Amino acid sequence: MGMTMSQKILAAHAGLNEVKAGQLINAKIDLALANDITGPVAIKEFERAGASQVFDKSKVVLVMDHFAPNKDIKSAEQCSICRKFAADKGILNFFDVGNMGIEHALLPEKGLVGAGCLVIGADSHTCTYGALGAFSTGVGSTDMCAAMMSGEAWFKAPAALKFVLTGKPAKYICGKDIILHIIGLIGVDGALYKSMEFFGDGVKYLNIDDRFTICNMAIEAGAKNGIFPVDDVTREYLKGRYKGEIIEYAADPDAVYEKVYEIDLSNLKPTVSFPHLPENARTEWGSIGIDQVVIGSCTNGHISDLRMAAEVLRGRKVAKGVRAIIIPATNQIYLQALKEGLIEQFIEAGAVVSTPTCGPCLGGYMGILAGGERCVSTTNRNFVGRMGHTSSEVYLASPYVAAASAVTGRLASPWEVLG
Amino acid sequence: MKIKGKVFKYGDNVDTDVIIPARYLNTSSEKELAAHCMEDIDPSFLNEVERGDIIVAGDNFGCGSSREHAPMAIKASGVALVIANSFARIFYRNSINIGLPISECPAAVVAIKKGDIVSCDLASGVITDETTGESFRAEPFPPFIQEIVADGGLIAHLARVKK
Repeated sequence: MGMTMSQKILAAHAGLNEVKAGQLINAKIDLALANDITGPVAIKEFERAGASQVFDKSKVVLVMDHFAPNKDIKSAEQCSICRKFAADKGILNFFDVGNMGIEHALLPEKGLVGAGCLVIGADSHTCTYGALGAFSTGVGSTDMCAAMMSGEAWFKAPAALKFVLTGKPAKYICGKDIILHIIGLIGVDGALYKSMEFFGDGVKYLNIDDRFTICNMAIEAGAKNGIFPVDDVTREYLKGRYKGEIIEYAADPDAVYEKVYEIDLSNLKPTVSFPHLPENARTEWGSIGIDQVVIGSCTNGHISDLRMAAEVLRGRKVAKGVRAIIIPATNQIYLQALKEGLIEQFIEAGAVVSTPTCGPCLGGYMGILAGGERCVSTTNRNFVGRMGHTSSEVYLASPYVAAASAVTGRLASPWEVLG
Repeated sequence: MKIKGKVFKYGDNVDTDVIIPARYLNTSSEKELAAHCMEDIDPSFLNEVERGDIIVAGDNFGCGSSREHAPMAIKASGVALVIANSFARIFYRNSINIGLPISECPAAVVAIKKGDIVSCDLASGVITDETTGESFRAEPFPPFIQEIVADGGLIAHLARVKK
């Protein structure tokens, strides 16, 4: 029986010729990731287990990104625990203020993930690296601890859903619209425990940042992972970055998919997920006044995202009464945006630009909402209280929609501003 | 392992942000986390919860973040069992790994009401609503998972087995 792309990567890392959906396997991992929130819990468990060394100093990654630069004493203590652990264990990939970025933008940029890799991370958006043809999935701190100790993790080989993307997206339609549309279609548990595998001639129109965004939000449909086939876009991105061996896996023609969805990208419209679930995707809305816009996060803090925002904000002004906060996902992206003149355009438009941090996405800091306030955000979750007060509202959208909303002061389509 | 307590009932898609809001994730102290458990979805929870109580909820319980702080906060608040139609996959795995008993039983979720006294035998998977007398059967975990849960989580379990 044929295997899906995800099953093939799992089988290869478990030393098996074949795995079937539902099969329990133990697999060697290529990378284990934690951050300043999940890391300290994993470290505490590591010490409780009496472990002395990590399995491979080059394969454990710690990124200080959620509440760093630290927002308060407690978060500083959390980072301090990670910093001491990294120094003590000789961890080579420890990223702190100065060389850090939001983890899921940072790891690909640093060349730590390549096609064919098996990655686990104590962060739910670890599924992002499927954009590179890797199998990657989020776990908790205890699993991270076990992986740091052993270099292995157990998995239940997932069943899969197939998404055939056809056609060329219209102007101002990007990866975010595609994934919000899909989550709207299948629901927040539509892919529970399963792989989301993307196919079709529409894939070639998606740049690597679009693919990162789409795989990043696979978890918002409950998926174990999202994954794209490897093509020239992937190879071009990995060239000069990833130093390891690239292994290009492809699904077998007779691989089993529980369901097949055909998505015509040329039909998609700017899509917004209304409060309080990512599945509340809409393409039409009335006049909805807003208080804040956030453009950034592991979902949409890439250079392409900043270019989309700049296309709208360049030469225009953020509407009176709206706070627009722009957060490049890594220092490298920040620098690139600076060289391209985007940062200047943002500031002249009346937006603020922050150092990389997850900050407001999870209601940490750098843009918390008061009661009753509304925010259009390029982040990934709009649960009750996600970005602040429980009566605040988050509207998930693309950088085009977010920037257009910043300019108009209400939830807006990019067409309304750019014509 | 036998559990008996009163029920707190919630709907579908109870996410990790309402179980323990990220603004409190600047600590990994179980006690501090428990002090804010469920406060954004049910402000009365913390006043009413007692050791041994049970949460009953709908589909996709624990969706969202991978934060192990979510099952940690529930467990440290005194809750002894979560029964749901289904669990988000990372939450499911985290619960076992930290020793929080969970059970998937849609029939029980439909019938059990807020405030009912419910008992559960984890070994057999039998859930009884003591208030109404109705019984339900969930698929019990295989013995090795039951052992991990009974030992208080994966790391504690490995430590015990090693001895």
